[in-house]
Amino acid sequence: MTAPVTIAGLSHRFGSTVALSDIALEIAAGEYIALLGPSGCGKTTLLSILGGFLSPSEGIVRIGGRDVTRLAPAARPTTTVFQDYALFPHMSLRENVAFGLRMAGMARHARHKRADEKLALVGLADAARKRPHEISGGQRQRVALARALAVEPDVLLLDEPLGALDLKLRRAMQDELKAIQRQLGTTFVHVTHDQEEAMAIADRIVVMNAGRIEDAGPPARVYRSPATLFAADFMGEMNHFPARAGPGCVETPFGTLPLDPPAARDLVVCLRPEAVRSDANGTPLGAATVREAAFFGTHGRVHLSPDAAPEALLIAHVAPDAMPTPGDRIELSADLQAMHVFAKEGTA
Amino acid sequence: MIRALPWLYLAAAFVFIYLPVAALVLFSFQDGRLPVPPFQGPSLRWYADVLGDGDLTGALVHSLAVALGSSCVAVALGFLAAYGLARHVLPGAAIVRGLLIAPLTVSYLIVGLGLLIVLTRAGLGLSLWTAAIGHVVINLPLAFAILYASMGAQQQNAERAARDLGASEAQVIWLVALPMLMPALAAAFFLAVTLSWDEFIIAFLLTRFDVTLPVEIWSMLRSGLSPRLNAIGSLVFLVSIAVVLLLELLVFRRRRP
Repeated sequence: MTAPVTIAGLSHRFGSTVALSDIALEIAAGEYIALLGPSGCGKTTLLSILGGFLSPSEGIVRIGGRDVTRLAPAARPTTTVFQDYALFPHMSLRENVAFGLRMAGMARHARHKRADEKLALVGLADAARKRPHEISGGQRQRVALARALAVEPDVLLLDEPLGALDLKLRRAMQDELKAIQRQLGTTFVHVTHDQEEAMAIADRIVVMNAGRIEDAGPPARVYRSPATLFAADFMGEMNHFPARAGPGCVETPFGTLPLDPPAARDLVVCLRPEAVRSDANGTPLGAATVREAAFFGTHGRVHLSPDAAPEALLIAHVAPDAMPTPGDRIELSADLQAMHVFAKEGTA
Repeated sequence: MIRALPWLYLAAAFVFIYLPVAALVLFSFQDGRLPVPPFQGPSLRWYADVLGDGDLTGALVHSLAVALGSSCVAVALGFLAAYGLARHVLPGAAIVRGLLIAPLTVSYLIVGLGLLIVLTRAGLGLSLWTAAIGHVVINLPLAFAILYASMGAQQQNAERAARDLGASEAQVIWLVALPMLMPALAAAFFLAVTLSWDEFIIAFLLTRFDVTLPVEIWSMLRSGLSPRLNAIGSLVFLVSIAVVLLLELLVFRRRRP
C-alpha cells in the first residue's frame, strides 16, 4: 500500500524556538525520501509531525489526499521505525510484529501467519519465538521494520534507523531497506544525518537546516548542483574560495571566471575535490604545490597550496595510481560546470 | 593474621546483627516456661501452643489481609500517579511530585495521630479497614517513587510505538506499560507488604477489636516474657525472610539477563 504526501505551509515552534518554518514538500506515492541535515535542523520534528506525534503550529499534512494534520498516530496510514527500535521486551518477536494486527482486531492465527511472513521478509523467519534481548542490534532493527510494515502502512517513517549500527551492517541494511521499499512500493520517509546514507537509499534527498528546506532533489542533482551553500557543504567535501561579483562574471584569485554571479557583492565559489583536475583540459587555475597526499584506496586525497592564493587550502582527489608526493608541483584546472557560486553567508 | 582481619570483622558484624534474632529463634524451641538460658529442648510445644491460639492466628490472618490489601491499593494508586506525572506535562508537576513523596519524611506516629483525629471526626469506627488506610498512606509515596523512577525514555518510546500501531490508551497501559514495569511493580509491592506486615504504631492507633499481629504481640508482652513470644517472633521473621527471598528470586535475578 502506498500514498502521496503533501506538506504545505508547515511551521512548528517549541515555546519561542522555531523548529520548522514554512515547510512545503510534495512526496509522490512510492517515493523513497531522505530528510538530511545536522542535528537540530528540524528533520526529526518534521517526521514526528508526519507520524502524528506532534501537532504543527501551522500548516497542513495530507496523505493520499486526506487532511491528517490533527489525526492521532493510530488513525493515520503511517507507522514509524524508531531510532532505539522501541520493541516490546516482554513479547516474542512474532508477538512484536503482530502487535499492530492485534490492535486492528485480527485473529491470533491470521496475525501470527502475517507476522511470520514479515519476519521472513527481513530474514528472521527462524527467530520468531525469541525475545528482543536475545538478538543483536541489527536484528532488532529488522524486527522494528517488520513490525512497522506488518500493518501495511501507506507511508513508512524511519527515524535514523541505522544510527546505532556499525558501518558494514549499516551498508547492508541500506541495500536491504531499498530492496524492501522497491518490493512493497510503500512511500518511505527516512531521517538521517549521514549524506552517504541519504545518497545510497533515496530517490530524492531533502536537505534541511535551521527549520528550512535548503534543497530537494535526486541525489546526483543535489550533489552536483546544490541549490544553496549549505546544501553544497553538507552533501560532501567541498572547496571554497572567496570571490567578488563582476559585470556578468566572477572575480576569483584564479582570475575572472565566466560564471553567472548571484545578487551579492561577496561571493563564495565551490568546487568538489574530484572536480579539481591535475591536467590542463579544463579552465586553468594555475600551478600549486602539494602539501600532503593520502591514499584512500579508490582515490588519493591531496592538500594543495595554489600559487594564486597560497593561504587557501585546496583539496583534490586524484587517481590512486598517480599519487603525487609532498613538494610536487601540479598544474591545476577545473570544469566550469562543476563550479558553483553562492552569496557569502550573511551578505545576501 | 592480617588476611583474617576482614573476615573477623565480617563475622563480628554478622554476630552483632543476627545474635538477637538467633537467640529469639533458639529459645522459641525452649522446653520450659522462661526463654532464658540454660537451653532445654528442643521442643515444638510453644509453636503448637501459638498455632492453636485463636487470637494469635486470627491476628496473623488480619495482618496478611491488611498487608496484601493495602499494598495492592498503594501500588495501584502509585502507578496511576507515576504514569500521569511521567507522561503528561502538567502545571505544577514538580510540586505535585514533591507532595506525593513528602509523607515518606513524616514519622509514622504523626501520620497515625493525624489519621486517628480525622477518622474519628469523620465518624468512621476504628477497624482493620482504617489500619489499611493508614498503611496505604505510608506506602503510596514509596510505590510512587519506585515506579516513577522506572518509567524511563525507553519505555516511553515503546508506548509511543504501541500508540502508533493503533493501541488505545487502555491497551497501552495494559499491554505495554504494566508488563514492562513488572519488576518495579513487584519490588514496590513486596516492599509495601513487608513494611505493612511489620508496622506497629499506625496499626496500634487505628485498630480496636480486630488487631494485626504486631499489636497482638505487644498486648501479650505486657503479661511478661514467654517462649510463646519467641515462637511468634520466629514465625513473623520467617514470613519476612520468605518475602525478601521471593523478591530476590523473582524480581532482581530476572533483571540480569
